[in-house]
Amino acid sequence: MSKRTSKQTAPTRISDHPILKFERGREITFYFEGKPMKGYEGETIAAALVANGVKLFRYSEKHNRARGFFCAVGKCSSCLMVVDGKPNTMVCMEPLRAGVTVERQRGRGKI
Amino acid sequence: MKDGGIVIVGGGPAGLSAAIIAAQLGAPVTLIDDNPRLGGQLIKQTHKFFGSKSHYCGTRGVDIATILEQQIYSTPAKVILNTTVIGHFSPNILGLADRNTFTKLAYQRLIVATGASENTILFENNDLPGIYGAGAVQTLMNVFGIRPGNKVLMVGSGNIGLIVSYQLIQAGINVVAVIEALPKIGGYHVHAAKLARLGIPILTSHTIKAALGKEFVTGAVICRVDKNFKPIKGTEKRLKVDTICLAVGLSPLVELLSQIGCQMVFIPELGGQVAYHNENMETTVSGVYVAGDASGVEEASTAMLEGRIAGAHAAGNLLGKTAEAQAIINQAKLELAAIRQGPFGEKAAKGKEKMSYTVRQ
Repeated sequence: MSKRTSKQTAPTRISDHPILKFERGREITFYFEGKPMKGYEGETIAAALVANGVKLFRYSEKHNRARGFFCAVGKCSSCLMVVDGKPNTMVCMEPLRAGVTVERQRGRGKI
Repeated sequence: MKDGGIVIVGGGPAGLSAAIIAAQLGAPVTLIDDNPRLGGQLIKQTHKFFGSKSHYCGTRGVDIATILEQQIYSTPAKVILNTTVIGHFSPNILGLADRNTFTKLAYQRLIVATGASENTILFENNDLPGIYGAGAVQTLMNVFGIRPGNKVLMVGSGNIGLIVSYQLIQAGINVVAVIEALPKIGGYHVHAAKLARLGIPILTSHTIKAALGKEFVTGAVICRVDKNFKPIKGTEKRLKVDTICLAVGLSPLVELLSQIGCQMVFIPELGGQVAYHNENMETTVSGVYVAGDASGVEEASTAMLEGRIAGAHAAGNLLGKTAEAQAIINQAKLELAAIRQGPFGEKAAKGKEKMSYTVRQ
């Protein structure tokens, strides 16, 4: 195990795990800031973004601070993004769908 | 408007146990959860449980979730997923929202098993992307199979901090250090020993001073603290990490109970603000029960027992089947007392005792 920790694996998807087997859904394409990205059905938008190396989800209302997600269970509201044009979507709870467009939210978002 | 009978909010270990028992006793049951899958936090727990056979010792949390899920689906209980309870209307009506619709549901008895939410702590830049609660890290790596980062600083050496650190290593991630403000490790020795064997430093009397980075975490500044938890100048150390995981405790999710008008009490040992409840898990509002972390942060084993008590009492109360329900309650109370006698149950036991004392005054 110590060998594996020192390797610093670059890909963010876990393929071999000593306990868990990940049964991923169908591979689908979605769009982040206009750029196509791959994700899997059954995961959340937040998870798919992290898997694609995206950590910055929005800029805060008052001080324009970079925000990611914190709790992943729909409680902290740190992960609000614009999904299919709809602002304030909690992407840690929102399932990923084929073709969905996801954008970083700035401030309160325009409706 | 539909009537949900005994309505249970939250499909984690407490809510599921309550729903299973109430349904088995013949009560009409509706279980509501905001996730697509039942199990609550159990679905991300890959570690094996301790305790006795009846508390699923040796079974992994994720497998316990599956067992409870099978049990609830073998009863006639109605399960509503992907739905959040967003409000309470008098008398006895809940407001439910899913992604598209808002509906109302009446209840005859209500069991609130909403769990807890992750705490954060104060330090410079603590809002940077790449700083996650320990539960979020578990969701990413154990539910979705995604690494949150490559080099992680773990803050907090309670059982969650220790267990999640080990799980990060299992997922092929480098844990740079575990830091702990107290002078000793908070969790079980067996979990700490696993990390120690892998050479992961656990730094006691240390805290995080700042997260580094502009758009996401690129590092962290840690330092030593004195016995009053004040940072000691000149002991700062920079760590190159891309992820900071906070395992600094949980707070009960009590908004719904508070809105209903249950008497609230502040008990630090239970995680903060909780609804007063008696030993049958009844709050001060007639017909409203609480169970699991929402009644005081503890662990899944005690959550399941509290759920059984709440479920059996609500069902007995509704159906008048008191003898059968009472037997279940008595057994669960015995087991609960036994668990809380252990070294790590002491705090919760003290908290629960303090609560009854506070209200009696």
